[in-house]
Amino acid sequence: MRGQEPRSTSSCAACKLLKRRCTPNCIFAPHFRSDEPKKFAKVHKVFGASNVSKILVEVPQEQREDAVNSLAYEAEARLRDPVYGCIGAIALLQRKMIQLQHDLALARACLARYAATPSIGDRVIMEPFGDFPDVCGGSIDSSSLNLSYELSQEAHMYDFSQIPYV
Amino acid sequence: MGSGRCAACRYLRRKCTDDCILSPYFPSNNPQRFVSVHRIYGASNVSKLLQRLPTHLRAEAADSLYYEAQCRLEDRVYGCVGLIFLLQQQIHAAESQLIKTQAEIAVMKSQVQHP
Repeated sequence: MRGQEPRSTSSCAACKLLKRRCTPNCIFAPHFRSDEPKKFAKVHKVFGASNVSKILVEVPQEQREDAVNSLAYEAEARLRDPVYGCIGAIALLQRKMIQLQHDLALARACLARYAATPSIGDRVIMEPFGDFPDVCGGSIDSSSLNLSYELSQEAHMYDFSQIPYV
Repeated sequence: MGSGRCAACRYLRRKCTDDCILSPYFPSNNPQRFVSVHRIYGASNVSKLLQRLPTHLRAEAADSLYYEAQCRLEDRVYGCVGLIFLLQQQIHAAESQLIKTQAEIAVMKSQVQHP
């Protein structure tokens, strides 16, 4: 019988991919289970196992799962969109937010006009819908009021000047 | 040789060749930009990623890598994903406000039409 080195039957996905022995204190093992090989493969491809390890070491243990999941999210985004990665999604969300704020301002202006209309007078009963700042301006255009916003991540051609971060 | 090196090659202490793939995007006058990207992705991964892209898209890719790296350096746990979550929450809140305001307008309209 040929002598073979004992192999761990419980190697995590990281150690399996890296072809190394998975030790009991392996930093990857709690977060990259062997039944999720693609998760580590993606993170390794984008960040590299060494860099991931360094990031995890700097994070308190109770936050490492969140860190791993956010790294996996970023890696997935980068692999899907090698040019913009997560920044593409951020730019899209920012544009959605700007549009939404514009629509909200228009709606509030419309509401303010109704409230100021003399024919309504003092008999208007306002339902308590909650507080909102007094924002007025612009003409009313119902076609600009769009309530359906799809947060799609399939967006390209972004203007980096709009990215506020950094 | 020394004064002509890009920030990447200077940091990695290697010769910067004429066809250095990192050179156009990590100029020597901004060493921190490469340091940030290298700390999160590693020079090798960045080089591979840029090599796979058409030349006209590499500058944008390098910029986005830098932004993401900066996000991760400032927030080790969530990186730029934290900003995505925040924006999603803000959008949800704004949509709720818009729906409420729309409903108020509808009430006003009905009161005007049927006093």
